[in-house]
Amino acid sequence: MPRVGVFVCWCGSNIGGVLDCPALARAAATFPGVVYATDYQYMCSDPGQKLIAEAIKEHRLDRVVVAACSPRLHEDTFREVLARAGLNPYLLEMTNLREHCSWVHAGEKELAQAKALSLIRRAVAKALRLTPLHPGRVKITRRCLVIGGGIAGIQAALDVADAGIEVVLVEREPSLGGKMVLLDKTFPTLDCSACISTPKMAAVAKHPLIRLYTYAEVEKVEGSLGNYRVTIRQKARYVDHTKCTGCGTCWEKCPVKVPDELNFRLSTRPAIYLPFPQAVPSKPVIDARHCRQLTKGKCGVCQKVCPAGAIDYTQQDSLHEEEVGAIIVATGFDLFPWEKAYGEYGYGRYPDVITGLAFERLVNASGPTGGRIVRPSDGREPRTVVFVHCVGSRDELKGREYCSRICCMYTAKHAHQVKERLPEAKVYVFYIDIRTFGKGYEEFYRRVQDEGVIYLRGRVSKIYQEGDKLIVKGADTLLGEPVTIAADLVVLATGVVPARGAEELARTLGISTDKDGFFQEAHPKLRPVETHTAGIFLAGACQGPKDIPDTVSQASAAAAKAVGLLLREEIEVSPLVAWVNQALCTGCLHCQVVCPYQAIEVVTEGGRRRARVKEELCQGCGSCTVACRPGAMELKGFSNEQILAEVEALCR
Amino acid sequence: MNENFWSEVNRAAGQKITHCYQCGKCTAGCPVAFAMDYKPHQILRLLQLGRGEELLSSRALWVCSSCQTCTTRCPCHIDLARLIDTLRFFSRQAFPQVTRHGMPLFNEVFLRSVKRYGRVYELGLTLQFNLKERKVWRDLDLGHFMLSRRKLRLLPEPVENRKEVAQIFSAEKEEPR
Repeated sequence: MPRVGVFVCWCGSNIGGVLDCPALARAAATFPGVVYATDYQYMCSDPGQKLIAEAIKEHRLDRVVVAACSPRLHEDTFREVLARAGLNPYLLEMTNLREHCSWVHAGEKELAQAKALSLIRRAVAKALRLTPLHPGRVKITRRCLVIGGGIAGIQAALDVADAGIEVVLVEREPSLGGKMVLLDKTFPTLDCSACISTPKMAAVAKHPLIRLYTYAEVEKVEGSLGNYRVTIRQKARYVDHTKCTGCGTCWEKCPVKVPDELNFRLSTRPAIYLPFPQAVPSKPVIDARHCRQLTKGKCGVCQKVCPAGAIDYTQQDSLHEEEVGAIIVATGFDLFPWEKAYGEYGYGRYPDVITGLAFERLVNASGPTGGRIVRPSDGREPRTVVFVHCVGSRDELKGREYCSRICCMYTAKHAHQVKERLPEAKVYVFYIDIRTFGKGYEEFYRRVQDEGVIYLRGRVSKIYQEGDKLIVKGADTLLGEPVTIAADLVVLATGVVPARGAEELARTLGISTDKDGFFQEAHPKLRPVETHTAGIFLAGACQGPKDIPDTVSQASAAAAKAVGLLLREEIEVSPLVAWVNQALCTGCLHCQVVCPYQAIEVVTEGGRRRARVKEELCQGCGSCTVACRPGAMELKGFSNEQILAEVEALCR
Repeated sequence: MNENFWSEVNRAAGQKITHCYQCGKCTAGCPVAFAMDYKPHQILRLLQLGRGEELLSSRALWVCSSCQTCTTRCPCHIDLARLIDTLRFFSRQAFPQVTRHGMPLFNEVFLRSVKRYGRVYELGLTLQFNLKERKVWRDLDLGHFMLSRRKLRLLPEPVENRKEVAQIFSAEKEEPR
């Protein structure tokens, strides 16, 4: 008969404030098989761990039940305690008295106490049937995939590569750079965005350990921690980059003119184009939707003028396979699509109502106007500029509930830039709250106010065109009065949403997203760059709205985590995997159909077909055990016998 | 009042008053805010603080034309127009004298007319309103002009099924929505 020890944790007042933990321990001591039971304020603390280890030795325990918080939080902690005390770590069973009981039943203490006791009885019943398990080991592919070539992806790729590990960097657009390279200056120090980001882009392109795929997307990811097989779709560029020298003759001669999406349609670009002069790689792609040769079969100008003979209209998308051991996701953000939501701001009908990022292009020396701030409608310099905060942010009705974190500061910077270039202009900023939490941010905000920018506390309710003026109707809540301003240019501080396609990528990678579609970190405070899927890390705004300093820090953090993993020779894999009872298996292979990890293979022995589990791929999800009709499939640590014993204990 | 008042209004109108972060978009869009003693966002603030007395005796409640612009645009999902409607009800309970003049009186006389005739009898409405306000001669020349152009009818013209309309009134108990 196994000797079970039960340890009830108070979790301070989290559990102890609702449940009578000493009474639970006393009751648990009477359960069959339990030879020792006790309670303690913080079981996960050092003294708490010591208490368990000593009890194991003193009472010769060989099964341990910890009744505390979620195993997600501390199962590993307590497994290590068992290992240190000389027990197999898988002889631990946790039951969750916090999330499953005290937190949700704080108002009904008596019933909660009864439920807690049932939960402990369940855990003891399972503990009696636990068997020692031994983790397997797999070798690691020492390469890292980085998805997204914005500042987060660039920083992460450089950090990993500088540690001597090969990196595969995949960027969806024709050039590296992401959103940062579009910006003019960065708050609060006002250093030029391109000047600080383009050298990093060039460093990526030159790095011997970085393999760069631009204009490419991750199509499929197979395998698991340490050994991923990634399929990358290289979109057809119609330009052979091995021959192209980037001389620029083609895009000068191309007869097509289409609105430039990078410049928010404030200017045009040809169909064969370089997104911007400092693009990396500095070789063009053909936009197949607008190229005359590709759409109508008539033109071919670029092919005729190309001195290198690099144009190839027959190029097709190609698929490339890469093996990596870890993945860093850095897909960034997009702007909230305000044109679809805000009728009161004109649904994007008024050309002089623009987003913050469009303003960034206007004021950028390499932008469509060469840095002159003018109205998109008539090219005149505005005399009154109104900025509107929180468009799409902090708006439960039409936008997103959260604060986008960057808008207060970028608007302050824009207001400063207007005052700098057009000192005569009147600048108004409608805000709700000002959030200047970063280093030097509050000082910058004060400086902008000193420059004569007028901050009005209130949201804008309506914007409409009257003649060549935009009438902005807002409020000054500090005076308690409605305010009407006739503006020449209105800039909306548009909020941040996950990048387009983030949800599909989450499915491809098997990671989760939060309620707003950002990728979910493993723990909001203590594991901010990891996902729940081992070996996949997060960097930058794909995890939540972030400014550049935070993005770069997080990218380096993710790189450190990835490097820490990849520098190991081999890793332990969880022993909680499925196995097939060969005597019962009928070879129907239902398990193979439901397995999401392609972890089931077929073996034929003596003419009989059987299923077999590839343990290095199995993630222990248990789908196969449910699908198996003869009951041959068992999940180690969650066997049918164990689960039935738990159900029986709960129903008592 | 305070706490009690707050939760009572909250319950009656079914709104999350605490959600308001005082952005003032309601005031910014309100077409009649200029005539209000308390602006729409201030009404909400008084409500958050449970300052019922000031709120219920305010003129703003009766200035509101229920156009619902505030409701449509509120980023916090608060139906302010409905809240103000509820507050009018509370105001009438707390200060029955408010119905003796101005907007509340007009509403009362208007509804009485609808109940009786199934529609508004304009001339009767105006006379009754003016009498109660003790301004018998108000708008006399305008009335005369409209009568001569046959824009006003001398006698009431009830709708066919006025009983049905009256039934609506008996079904509608004196309770806020």
